[in-house]
Amino acid sequence: MKRVKKWRGALWVLPSLAGVSVFYFVPYVDVVRRSVTQNSGESFAGIRNFRELFQNEAFLLAGANTLKFMAVCIPLLLAVSLLLAVAVLRCRLAELYKWVFLLPMALPAVSVALVWKLVFHGHGILNALLGLSGRAGKDWLHSPAAFGVMVVSYLWRNTGYNMVLWMAGIRQIDGSIYEAARIDGANEIRVFTHMMLPNLKQILYTVSVLSLLNSFKVFREAYLVAGSYPDDSMYMMQHLFNNWFGALALDKMSAASVLLSLVILVFIFGLYRAWGKEMG
Amino acid sequence: MRHCRKCTEVLIFLFALLFFLPVLFLIAGSVMGEDELLGCLGPVFGQGGGYARMAVFPSFPTIRPYVKVLLDTPEFFVMFWNSVKITAGILAGQMIFGTMAAWGLAKGSFPGRKQLLWVYIALMLMPFQVLMLSDYLVLKELGLLDSHWGLIWQGAFSAFPVFIMYRFFDGIPPEMMEAAELDGAGSFQIFRHIGLPLGRAGIFSAMVLGLLESWSMIEQPMTFLKTKSLWPLSILLPEIQEGKIGYAFAVSVLIFLPALLVFLTGQKYLEQGIEASSVKKGGN
Repeated sequence: MKRVKKWRGALWVLPSLAGVSVFYFVPYVDVVRRSVTQNSGESFAGIRNFRELFQNEAFLLAGANTLKFMAVCIPLLLAVSLLLAVAVLRCRLAELYKWVFLLPMALPAVSVALVWKLVFHGHGILNALLGLSGRAGKDWLHSPAAFGVMVVSYLWRNTGYNMVLWMAGIRQIDGSIYEAARIDGANEIRVFTHMMLPNLKQILYTVSVLSLLNSFKVFREAYLVAGSYPDDSMYMMQHLFNNWFGALALDKMSAASVLLSLVILVFIFGLYRAWGKEMG
Repeated sequence: MRHCRKCTEVLIFLFALLFFLPVLFLIAGSVMGEDELLGCLGPVFGQGGGYARMAVFPSFPTIRPYVKVLLDTPEFFVMFWNSVKITAGILAGQMIFGTMAAWGLAKGSFPGRKQLLWVYIALMLMPFQVLMLSDYLVLKELGLLDSHWGLIWQGAFSAFPVFIMYRFFDGIPPEMMEAAELDGAGSFQIFRHIGLPLGRAGIFSAMVLGLLESWSMIEQPMTFLKTKSLWPLSILLPEIQEGKIGYAFAVSVLIFLPALLVFLTGQKYLEQGIEASSVKKGGN
């Protein structure tokens, strides 16, 4: 009886754990093994596969673009969605706005790809609008501006999601501190910077990690509008994985998978520290 | 101060309109009729000079593009059913395995529970590309490549719904369980009569998020399904060419429609599901 008590609840997890092991862990361990062996034989290759990655031009380009994309997009998204969350909460039509900003989440990438193609085409709608203000248009998808298209696409899809995350954080803050501050004569901006921001710090990390995760999904639109080999400026890690998969370059892929998962594990460790107490 | 508030409202309104525009564009295009579309978008297809334009209100609304998709395109229905099959399979799996696992992780007290939870979180945060190769290898090993079952099994054991539901189950006060235990309720009864009803919002949230995700999945079918007749709608990218523009719009709207319905009916749960990943959820 005592033994049963000790393992209380474990049985509930077992079916899922079995599935997760079969479909994710065991094959992942195999990928780790592959990352240190040679493609042709079974001989141990050490870190050679990894060293080759860093000599591979496509990898370096994709890596640089992906990092650049994250460095531009994530802070931008965090800022835009936070400002929007604060502003929308004060609007009379708050519910309607939430609805509008969340809607892109529901839109399948194939549906939006059609719109992006027509908007960002060389003779497309964005250029028509720019033409109105007297500026020359360009072929957005086949020039370095393609990077910008990806940024817009990412912001458009994820702003609502992040806005809801921020709103949840704002709602958690005890409202009475604002009242007190306002009575003391603090203006809106001071309330925001001095009371709200410090209190939101604790969810900042969570929101960042989720934004990071979602940033990988920008590949969907990028791939659908520009294919496997888009303009260099939007050639991301995800394109590279996809192309290596097509070419069955399994040793490179396994090394890159392991590397990418290590990078993400670092972020997860940060999350562990941010969530540590709460997950009890 | 008052002045500032008005400005904010106007700004937000314009910004929201900008966000809504692509959806509006899609819907308007789908009821516009081929001639009007070509008149507007001609420049994209090399017809006429200048730039394309778009009207939000079609001059001659028509449902012909939809009729064409629904009556003349049997492939559309094949793909639609593929999508339904894959999505339903994944959700059913998440409902069974995910709910159970979340319950065990939230309310169990076995050694290694905390670590196991972190394993699920780590898995949840891995992008598709990290797992792409291992997913492929295991499906190949199990003979599930180029089959719906491969996608279904993998989706069913996704870690994301486990985490979302965990957050909701975790908020159920332990006193309730203790009381039920004292009354002699077994472990399954507690799950059925306390866990399921009180964690309902969590289950719905996970299902809404899971449905939107599976309905629009791109990478998995693209990578693991070779046979075209097995493809789901989410990778049906209609070619936009002259004479078929209206068709492309109608297809895009029809793919969106089921997700939109879920979004409209489940927005509350969608929001709660999103919130659950950043702040702790309360009892129900």
